[in-house]
This record gives sequence, structure tokens and C-alpha cells, in this order.
Amino acid sequence: MKYDVIVVGAGHAGCEAALASARLGKETLLITININNVADMPCNPSIGGSAKGIVVREIDALGGEMGRNADKTLLQIKMLNSSKGPAVRSLRSQADKVTYKKEMLNTLKHTKNLTIMESIVKDLIVENKKIKGITTEDDKTIYCDACILTTGTYLKADILVGDKRTPEGPHGEKRANFLSDNLAKLGFKLLRLKTGTPPRIERSSIDFSKLKKEDGDNEELTFSFDNIAYYDYKNQVPCYLTYTNENTHKIIMDNLNKSAMYGGFYEHLGTGPRYCPSIEDKVVRFKDKKRHQLFLEPESMYYDDIYLQGFSTSMPHDVQEDMVHSLMGLENAKILRYAYAIEYDAIDPLQLKPSLETKIIENLFTAGQINGTSGYEEAAGQGIIAGINASLKLDNKEPLILSRSDAYIGVLIDDLVTKGTIEPYRLLTSRAEFRLLLRSDNADLRLSKKAYEIGLLPKERYDKLQLKIKEINEIENQIKKITFPQEKSNLSEYLKRPEVKIMDYKDKLEKEYSKEALEQVEINHKYEGYIIKAKKEAEKMIRLGKKQIPEDINYSKVENLATEARQKLEKIRPRTIDQATRISGVNPSDIAILMVYLKRFYNE
Amino acid sequence: MNDTIVAISTALLEGAISIIRISGDDAINIVNPLFKEKDLTKVRSHTINYGHIAYKDEVIDEVLLSIMKAPKTYTKEDVIEINTHGSVAVVNKIMEILLTKGCRLAEPGEFTKRAFLNGRIDLTEAEGVMDLIKSETEFNRKLAINELSGKVSTLITDLRDRIIALISNIEVNIDYPEYEDIEQVTIDKIKKEVSKMKQELSKIIKLSEDGKIIKEGIKTVILGKPNVGKSSLLNALLEEEKAIVTDIKGTTRDIVEGSIIVGGIKLNLIDTAGVRKSKDVIEKIGIEKSINLINEAELILLVLDASDELSEEDKFLLDKTKNKKRIVIMNKTDLENKNKYSYDVIKISAKTAVGVDDVKEKIKEIFNVKEILNANATIFTNTRQIALLKSAFESLNDALTGTLENKEIDMIEIDLKLAWERLGDIIGANYTEELVDNLFSRFCLGK
Repeated sequence: MKYDVIVVGAGHAGCEAALASARLGKETLLITININNVADMPCNPSIGGSAKGIVVREIDALGGEMGRNADKTLLQIKMLNSSKGPAVRSLRSQADKVTYKKEMLNTLKHTKNLTIMESIVKDLIVENKKIKGITTEDDKTIYCDACILTTGTYLKADILVGDKRTPEGPHGEKRANFLSDNLAKLGFKLLRLKTGTPPRIERSSIDFSKLKKEDGDNEELTFSFDNIAYYDYKNQVPCYLTYTNENTHKIIMDNLNKSAMYGGFYEHLGTGPRYCPSIEDKVVRFKDKKRHQLFLEPESMYYDDIYLQGFSTSMPHDVQEDMVHSLMGLENAKILRYAYAIEYDAIDPLQLKPSLETKIIENLFTAGQINGTSGYEEAAGQGIIAGINASLKLDNKEPLILSRSDAYIGVLIDDLVTKGTIEPYRLLTSRAEFRLLLRSDNADLRLSKKAYEIGLLPKERYDKLQLKIKEINEIENQIKKITFPQEKSNLSEYLKRPEVKIMDYKDKLEKEYSKEALEQVEINHKYEGYIIKAKKEAEKMIRLGKKQIPEDINYSKVENLATEARQKLEKIRPRTIDQATRISGVNPSDIAILMVYLKRFYNE
Repeated sequence: MNDTIVAISTALLEGAISIIRISGDDAINIVNPLFKEKDLTKVRSHTINYGHIAYKDEVIDEVLLSIMKAPKTYTKEDVIEINTHGSVAVVNKIMEILLTKGCRLAEPGEFTKRAFLNGRIDLTEAEGVMDLIKSETEFNRKLAINELSGKVSTLITDLRDRIIALISNIEVNIDYPEYEDIEQVTIDKIKKEVSKMKQELSKIIKLSEDGKIIKEGIKTVILGKPNVGKSSLLNALLEEEKAIVTDIKGTTRDIVEGSIIVGGIKLNLIDTAGVRKSKDVIEKIGIEKSINLINEAELILLVLDASDELSEEDKFLLDKTKNKKRIVIMNKTDLENKNKYSYDVIKISAKTAVGVDDVKEKIKEIFNVKEILNANATIFTNTRQIALLKSAFESLNDALTGTLENKEIDMIEIDLKLAWERLGDIIGANYTEELVDNLFSRFCLGK
């Protein structure tokens, strides 16, 4: 058996990788441990969120599936930060965990060139440092030209609850026992990471009358630039809000020694994420906080689990019962599934090129949690890039590398391959230095042309983009001619004032234009000064990005580099000076020395 | 880049102790055969060794030789310093031997360049050292030491910390919008914090600009009608200090014609000819040129005659200089007083030297010299740093404007970030091309 591309793992990264590769015409095999868990959401029942929502828009603009799939299956959607500037607005949805999986599987099954197979991969077949195929735990051998590992949290996963450690994947699934050891044998440095998930509560056991309701936004919103709303915005499923209290905190402090994290049961616990701490972590670290906010989110319309966001813990079951019952509205709650922590193997992402191909084995790509990230959106964003680049590599084409001023996906991958990570990496808006350029509303303008040229974005979507651009140009021309004689101003100038909205003047335009085109024009005018500043800063980075570092550079020959800088540069081998500036431990003086060296020996 | 360099690191004056500094991989190997008493490869690091420098069996001089092995040295390379107390001829002889034995004559600032490139000092320190090398007066030396002590870094770091505290709070609000327990940064809070920082920065910039002027010498013009006593004033200022008036010849465009040092501060005199020749300045040089002179000057000493009434020329000069830093000097107070003009004047008699000290004090007052020299004051004297301070100030100003226009907080934050970055550029916390270009040009790098 032989395929062009094999994708190992069918989570959010795997689905996007397999779809991109198959849609680009590559015979693709997607291997999953359990076909019923394709595109599973083992943690929160939500797609999007601050920064993450923009990633979903970017995936959609590149011709990926996550945005459309979320649109088809959402229970509630809202625009976060709508009171703030356009740069930080981001969509967040509650997704139905049952239909989300079903829809994605359906899409996969109906995609040409794509085969799905249930199995567990055991080892990689590598010849001359190039991937040739895989073997499975049931001793099958399948050959391929390129392989993408998207194994999520399944590599040697352990579930931790109290003092119990069980070797299994999320919600009792089988784990991959051999692959990570075999990766280590091939020369990969592994990381041991940890994350957690909160308890699930039975809907009927919660007294919602005591809790604050959180509704979706009162308008139609979609992730996808298809702009098709599959839901009724007047009929969304609400979330609810509750808080921990002093009693909850007392229970946690009294039982701290029983927590898997704090109990000291294991010497080598993996590193957990700072921004998604367990509730015991929050109580210990922020002692003076009287309460912590918790969200109750519906998981699906097809079963009764309510997800208790903000309450992830690794306490034993009896303590979890006491903790949950101390919460307002949950006094009589029934826990359907207990919280747990999960520990798993990942690879050090510094071993990757910006294309997500590994430096160690040619044509082997990795994406998602195996690269040390956390989150469905981060995984999917890497997945589509790995799928595209595996395909481009087989066609002997240059990889698609998004810069930090192109996309959040670019920020994410650059951070991973340049800075590495020691904890599960989550995308935050603060990680993007040019976020005014990386908005939710302009993801198509930023990325769709690239995706169309590669061949991933369908023609009709590209035509739609062209129409939007044409409309924007027309509106730009017309608003200069709409004048306000008393004010000695025209609409183009007038729009810069905070209170002036283009919608109020749309009747003065020659014809009716789309909401999206009008919005672009308004943003471009209202924030013109800031956008110019951001572009100027971005240009500096782009300029340094053009200064390539030769692949064969021998850092031991670059005199006067500080030892730490030399080691880091040797390990990461940045492609450009711009990338080198972001490596921690490489100081401005080292960059200066490096540039002098390049000037002298490569005449760069 | 690690060839071995040598330079005389003290002024080459007869009778003084001279230090010859050698730095580089071969420093010890080159000096060892010349040092009679000990094998320098076996001497402990950071020791001073007494002995003689000899060449071809001829003893050149009795010396103290400091040996400092890498990396704990100024340049992070092996460094040897030879203290000779010989004559200029002896020092030159030793230099000649070292150069024939494989040392290369260091370029100006090259030791500092190595210290920087080898990562021993950061950018502010490097620039401080460069300035130390260039400093001409005691005043400048003090400034340079101030910069070296890391004070500049501390001040900038403090400002940056305050900005980043605001920024990170705004970021948390954006990334966790649903958490209502987290403090929301308000426009008012930003307004308050930024106004305060702006004020502090503005003060530093003002002092720094004065500091820079003082460091490079204050462009000064002495004005007044004929025979008012301009040259006497000049002489009285000079008399006291016993300084030398130097004529800088050559460039026709350079209007600075001589420098004098008054109270430790350098005054670069413009158009001294006009003063010294005691001719009718205005008539001779014409009104247009006198206005040019006034525009060009950073300090104007306008001399009036106490024994005569205010003339039309006096009125003209008083009017044209009213917006400049100026000192109005009433000379000839030893004679009968006929001049009624009294607004902010210093009364002197150049002839008897009465009041000359007051003029000097006034100069110091106008340029905040006391404040600048105060050990607690932090000022910047380097053009690049001042430009960056101004740029950071502009960004803070933009942020403040944003708050007044009720812009979204995340937009205002863009300006806060820019301010933070510009301040970072000062202490070399960011890498920017301009910085390196600037550095390369200063360090003569990148051939």
C-alpha cells in the first residue's frame, strides 16, 4: 500500500492537514485510533475566543474547514471585545460536540483523494533521513512520500486523578504506546506536557435560577467568509455564570495534598500551562482573591453534560464532589464525568522548520499538540499549513510561510520554531505585535489570494474576494466626493471621527454595497493613523526578514558571538536575521556581529 | 577581529606616567619575550608585575606590567597594560617594538568596540565610554561617568516598567474579556499615568539638550555697539581662567572662531573678529548677518554701556535677542551711570573685573548647569539617545491625544508600545537596523 501523504491522527490538526493535502490532489491516508473520535473536542465545547477566533477566520480564508464546520454546528456565538477596537474583536462560539464531529467526518468522507483508516501507528520507516512510510501496532506497513504527525495528546498519555495514574488517552481512549519512543530513537528531543479538563455536570441537577445567564450576540455572525448562518440568532443556547467562594477555597486548601499536582505523588510531572491553570493552582497563587469566575457551557443538544469552565482539577473524586457542591447553583449537582489532568509526550518544536517540516527527517511534518501547543484552533491552524507544505514539497515548490504581519498562524508557528516552548502554548493577542493588521474582518484580504494561487481556495471564493476589493475601491472613490460644505470636509475625512458611521451615509453612495466592504472602508479611515504606524513597524521586520542566513552557515566560525547566542543559533538555525532577533539569548550585539559576518563572507 | 591591538591609553605628555594597553589573543605571547623578569604565560591573572622591558639585549624602561586574562577584562580578551614612567621617546620606542612584534595600532574607540562586541558592556555603557574618550572638560567627564554608572539604564528601565505594567493590564483585558473580576484599564487611568510620564520625560529631554549644548560648547556671540567693552569683557572672562583662545582656521562655513573655557564650561565664540577688532559690528557686518548670528547662537552676551543712554543699535539688539538665551550686561558701571535700562541686567566693570563672576554664574543658571551636574540628575548627551527620547515623548503624546479623542484603549496601546520600544532602543533592548547602522558608523565597522 502506498499513499502520497499519510496523516497520523484525526483531531483538529489532522483533519485540516488531510483535507488540505487531499484537496491539493495528493492521495491521502488519514489514520485515527477511533473513527468516532474524528475532530473530537475532549475539553471545552467552544471554537474561537480571543485571538483563536481570528485563527479560525484565517483557516477559512486559506480554504480550510474549521470555520465552516463550526458555523454548521454552533449553539451560540458572540463577538468578543466588541466595545474595543476592530483589531482585538474575535468570534467565540459554543459548538455542539456531537454534531461537530459528525459534520467533519461527513466532509472527510466526501473528499476526493482521502481515505480514512482506524489503526495505531507504531513506528516510522525512514531511509537516508527521509520518510518512507509507517508501521502500525497491528503490524501493517504503509508507504508514503510525506507524512504528517498530528497525534495530539495521545503519545504515551497518562490520566491523572488524585494519586491515580492511568495509562490512557482522553476519556478512556487507547493511547499510542510506541511512537514517541521511536521518535526519540530517530533523534527527536521529547517534551512531557500536561493539561487538564474540568468536571461535567448533569444539566437537570443544576439550579439555573440562581445563576447569571450569558447569551449570544443579537445578530447573525459566522466564522466562514461564506457568510452562511446555519443557526437562528434569536434562538441560541445560553451559558451561565457562577463563582467559587471561601468555602470552595477552604476545601481546596484542606485537600491540597491529595491533588495530583500538589500531592507530590510523581517526581516528574509534565509542565502545565500558566494561562489555563487548575483551580487549585489559582487558589494557591492568588490567595487574596475572594472568588474565581466559572462558566457553565452546554456540550451538546444530544446529551446532558454541562462543562464547568475554569474548574479544571486533578483532585480525587470525593474532593471534587465537595468542591462542586460548594458552588452556588450546584449544591445538588451530579457529576457525570470527573475532572482529570492528562500528561503526554510532545516534540521540542525547535526541531521544526517554519514550514513545519522536521529538520531531522525530510518530508516528515508535525502539527498540533505534538508541537507543544494547546487549543483546537492552534492545532487546526498548524494542520492546514502542514498539509499545504507537505503537498508543495512533493511538487518541489517553495513552502507557504506566513509572516508575523500576515497572520496569527504566522505568529504561532514563528514563536514555536524560534522560541520553542516549555508549556502548552496558547495563542494570545498580545503575542502578535501587528494585531491591527491581523484583524478578524480582513483575514480574507490577507490570505485568500495566497491560498487561491496554491490551489486550495475554490474559484468562487476567490471571485468573491475580488468583488469585495472592487467594492472597497469604489466606495473609497465615492466618499471623497460626498462633501459637507458647512464643515469644509468630505466623508472620507469625516469618517475619521469616532462618532461617524459609514452605515448612516450608505444611501448617498451610488449603489448598494456589501456590509463587509463598507466595514473595511470605515476601519481603514477611522484607524488610518494607527494602521500607518503598524505598517511602518511591520516593514522594519519585513526588511530584516529579507536578509537571509545561508543554510550552510557555520556558527563556530563567527567570531565574538556570545556563547549562549552561538549555541541557540546553532540549535535553531534561523532562516533570516529577522527570525534571529527573536531568539531569546541572542542579543542585539550578537545580531550586529552576525550581520558583519554575513556581509564579509557572503556579501549579504 | 581578534588580532592584537595596542594603543597609548594616556595622554602623551612629558614626565607623566603613560599606560600602553594591549588587547587580543596574542597579547601575552607578544609581550612575554620583551619582559625580562618573569614568564608571563605562567603569571596569575589580574596581577601587577614589576620588571623591565628589554629588546635585543637593551633595557628600554623600568615598568609595572598588569596582566589580565580573558574573559574578565575590559574587552573580554587577554589584556596587558604597561605602566611606563619614561619619556615620550621611551613610550614611542616601546610602541614601535610592539608594532613590529605583531600588534596593530588600535583605531579610536576600538577597545570599547571590542568590549561591546564581546558582550561585556551594553549600548548605553558603550556610548558612555565613547563619550568619555572624547570628553574634553571636567564637566564632560562627570557627565560621562554618570552615564557609565548605569543610571541611564535604571531610569529608562523604570519608565519602561511603568509602561509595560499598563500594557499588560490592557492585554489581559483583551485576552480574557469575559473575566469581569480583572481590573479594567480605563481611559482616565491611562491619561493620568501617561501625563505623569510625559512630564518626567520632558524634563529629562530639556536637561539633556542643555547638557548636550554644554558638552559640545555653547555657541556664544558677544554683541554690542562699538567701544562698549566687548573685548574687555572677553579678556576679563579669560583673565580669570588663564585659558587660551584658540583660532580654528580652515572651514569658511564654520562660524565658530575660538573656544574659551569659563568655569569649566566651554564657550564657542562666534565672530570673535568682530569683537576683538572693536569696530562697529552692526555697520560692518550688516543687519542681515547680525540677525544670522543671533539665530545661530545658543547664548548671547549683549553688552550695554552704563555711561551712555540706550542707543538705537542697543534697542535693535535687545529686540532681536529677546527670545533667545541671553545675558544683558551693563558694562562700565565704574563710570557715571546714564543708562536707564534695568530689566534683568548684570552690572559689571570689565576694567576692574567687578561683576564678571556674576556673568559666569548666570551662564550656569541659564543652562541648568547645577542641575545637570547634580549627582542625582540623569541626562543624556548623545544625539541618538536624545532623538529616541523625543520619539518616545511623541508617542506618549500621541497616546494622550488618543485618550482625549476617546479612542479605543487597544489603539492607544499602540502608541504606548511604540514609546516602550523607543525607550528600549536607548538601552539596546531591541534590535533595530538603525541602531546597528549607527553603531557601525561610530565604530568604523563593516568594511
